[in-house]
Amino acid sequence: MNTIASFSRRDFLRLSGMTCSGLILGFSAKGETSSSENFSPDIFLTLEPSGAIQIYAHRSEMGTGIRTVLPMVVADELGADWEDVDIKQATGDKKFGSQNTDGSRSIWKFFDRMRTAGATAGFLLNQAAAARWNVDPGTCQRNASHVIHKESGKRIAFKELVVEAAKLPLPETNELVFKAPTERTYIGKGKKVVDFADMVSGKAVFGADVRLPNMLFAVVERSPVLGAQWKDFDEEAPLSVKGVSQVVTIAPFKAPHAFQALGGIAVLADNTYAAIKGREKLNTQWGTSEHDKYDSDAYRDELMATAEKEGVVVRQKGDYKEAVKGLTTHSASYYAPHLLHQPMEPPVATADFKDGRCIVWAPTQNPQAAQDVVAAALKIPASEVTVHVTLLGGGFGRKSKPDYVAEAALLSQKVGRPVQVVWTREDDIQHDYFHSVAALKLEAGLDKNGYPEAWRMRTVFPSISSTFAKGVVQASAGEMGMGFSDLPFDLPHILCENGPASAHVRIGWLRSVANIQHAFGIHSFVDELAARAGIDPLTYLNRVIGRDRKIDLKAEGAEYSNYGAPIEKYPVDTARLKHVLNTAARSADWGRPLPAGQGQGIAVHRSFVSYIAIAVRVRVLGRKVLIEQVDLAIDCGLAVHPERIRSQMEGSVVFGISLAMMGKATMKNGAVEQSNFHDAPVARITDAKPKINVSLIQSDAPPGGVGEPGVPPFAPALCNAIFAATGKRIRSLPINEYDFAEA
Amino acid sequence: MPLLWFLRDKLQKTGTRFGCGKGLCGACTVLVDNHAVRSCQLPVLALDGKKVTTIEGLSENGDHPLQKAWQEKNVPQCGYCQGGQILSAVSLLNSHPNPSDEDIDDAMVGNICRCGTYGRIREAIKSVQGGSQ
Repeated sequence: MNTIASFSRRDFLRLSGMTCSGLILGFSAKGETSSSENFSPDIFLTLEPSGAIQIYAHRSEMGTGIRTVLPMVVADELGADWEDVDIKQATGDKKFGSQNTDGSRSIWKFFDRMRTAGATAGFLLNQAAAARWNVDPGTCQRNASHVIHKESGKRIAFKELVVEAAKLPLPETNELVFKAPTERTYIGKGKKVVDFADMVSGKAVFGADVRLPNMLFAVVERSPVLGAQWKDFDEEAPLSVKGVSQVVTIAPFKAPHAFQALGGIAVLADNTYAAIKGREKLNTQWGTSEHDKYDSDAYRDELMATAEKEGVVVRQKGDYKEAVKGLTTHSASYYAPHLLHQPMEPPVATADFKDGRCIVWAPTQNPQAAQDVVAAALKIPASEVTVHVTLLGGGFGRKSKPDYVAEAALLSQKVGRPVQVVWTREDDIQHDYFHSVAALKLEAGLDKNGYPEAWRMRTVFPSISSTFAKGVVQASAGEMGMGFSDLPFDLPHILCENGPASAHVRIGWLRSVANIQHAFGIHSFVDELAARAGIDPLTYLNRVIGRDRKIDLKAEGAEYSNYGAPIEKYPVDTARLKHVLNTAARSADWGRPLPAGQGQGIAVHRSFVSYIAIAVRVRVLGRKVLIEQVDLAIDCGLAVHPERIRSQMEGSVVFGISLAMMGKATMKNGAVEQSNFHDAPVARITDAKPKINVSLIQSDAPPGGVGEPGVPPFAPALCNAIFAATGKRIRSLPINEYDFAEA
Repeated sequence: MPLLWFLRDKLQKTGTRFGCGKGLCGACTVLVDNHAVRSCQLPVLALDGKKVTTIEGLSENGDHPLQKAWQEKNVPQCGYCQGGQILSAVSLLNSHPNPSDEDIDDAMVGNICRCGTYGRIREAIKSVQGGSQ
């Protein structure tokens, strides 16, 4: 029953001799009490006789506030005083369910689970209090860590009930009583993020802040081209750098690379800087790779050519080929390059391998995968691997791939000391799991008013599946369901195809994944069609989305996984789609007269089971695109923490500015051409000047995703605004490669 | 050795963050004699006789007006860059107690926030200057 005794105390005893600052122990500052006196009716929470309420945060904190928000849901249902809550970060452990903090699903997947945890404890506290007072437990309520009996005016603190409640049998699920929405105290209102004070004072512990006695710092030289192996390197020269103690190798991965360490040559030192300087002296000679010829310019031509050919049909409604005969058609091709994650904290991990057991501290989005990858690398059972999760200095999908954790573990095993592997920014950029480069070809058969009757589109990009199986050239159903095969337009004939593309670098998911290229292509193309028809884009879009309905994608010829969420609970609802569209338009004062050189653009997209529309107003001066105003409307169902939803929307827009204006990674001779923020820039404060107006739709629908869905509609909204301002259609990203003076 | 690594790996003062190692991102910002500098570009030997303030040392209890404003305005997301952001803002307010938007741009352009908290950073700085903007 007691979670602390069962899985963390051993680590605590093992590590409690340490005095270094910055070590994550995952233990309560309020200390531990003997397990028999605690009340832990659910793996997620423990109530102590002291009054402390420990709640496990099992998802990773990378800026969404999830470490605050999920425990807040437990506390609300429990009726806890937030001041009594002590949040503890869970280690990787399957008993918590999925800890893979990606896919924008922490809330929708665990909202009910957290409420159940709170309600279970609350049920038993009610029972314990009711027994004391000899009243019906159903007449008891809970608030501010007290059970209250209104009729008699009695109240008693949870801490007085802990011992009795712990002796009661656990309730059946159907016995639980949940708060009515109107009774909620924190859900829908929000609490201050618990980590703010540490974040603004330098006390927050990120991955690189872990310090262990006798620890070495390592940097690793990895092949500039995927899959090449070293032929030769200077083993001695790095040792001439003061502080460098060892040079050791990590064996190359075996295809498919998945989350394995890439392999390479590690330089270990008593400080990070020495390890970096030592690595510069390795003078490594690399062998050849099957990917040596990968060239982004040539590959672009290849993808665009593939998009001209028929692909694998992933959705078919009606008969496009028949319908298009006799109709006027319009077609266009779009291109989006590889993108980088670039979290401010580059990948980093610390491992201590000893006596067949490995303890890891890592900023990971996916501690269970880290546990598995370390176990596989070290050839030990996963039960012998403990993964402590630090705060993440940004994740964006990069840190759900624990290759860097495997490196730390392998090195610790090899040198017999704790090792922290530090990735430099150059390492981060050149050895990313890149967002797919993509080409799209769209064609529409138009009626006499210029509206589409038939719609065909093809998408071609190297699939994330290539990371997990060698030779994959087609996209997965999941990728196709990201803003492509789930096209929400009310058209009689829809044909969606996917063309083959080989991967020559590690491909991985980046915040909002394939929605990025699909939203860019589709929502730019709709705008093209509206312009061609001479119809206002907002009017056009409303008409194309069409009737209020819940789209049955299966009946419309698509295999649709709906981000893993049940389609009955989270339907594709066009009424909600149009509502955010028109809300954003109203907020933007859509259609108002603008001076020359200015324009408005709009796009709306459903992803991660949430609905978001963005309207952008720009001013274009020569090469310069000045974003003047952004209006965003989101319907993510129940808004559990409105302030963090707004902050995610603001962040999504800035992420969108980065990817649309300047985002790209290119490869030449198989190697990445960019290396740091000078040649792989991201948005700075001067690029993100406009106020971002966020309209948060009030909704009783089940809560949806928040972290990612704000990203996809931004790029097309911006490109459509540029078209409105200049008449120049952006069909290839990033935008900073265009000179509008020449338009 | 650059100050960044001296702080982090020798003094165990880990509040100063590594982001790029090239003076491009501002995560490693510290104050040297009250001016914001990038500690990854500053040899520790060049600091003889100078006063270095890291984010840990900005205030005793994390209650410098900017640290309070950062929390009040809910600025941080992941939080990694925010120590550097705050120290750049401290340096700005030292020289421009009532900064304009352009002053804020000039002072903060070297500090990247990948989470995109720029709007709130601007708001927090303005709230400390005491204006009603």
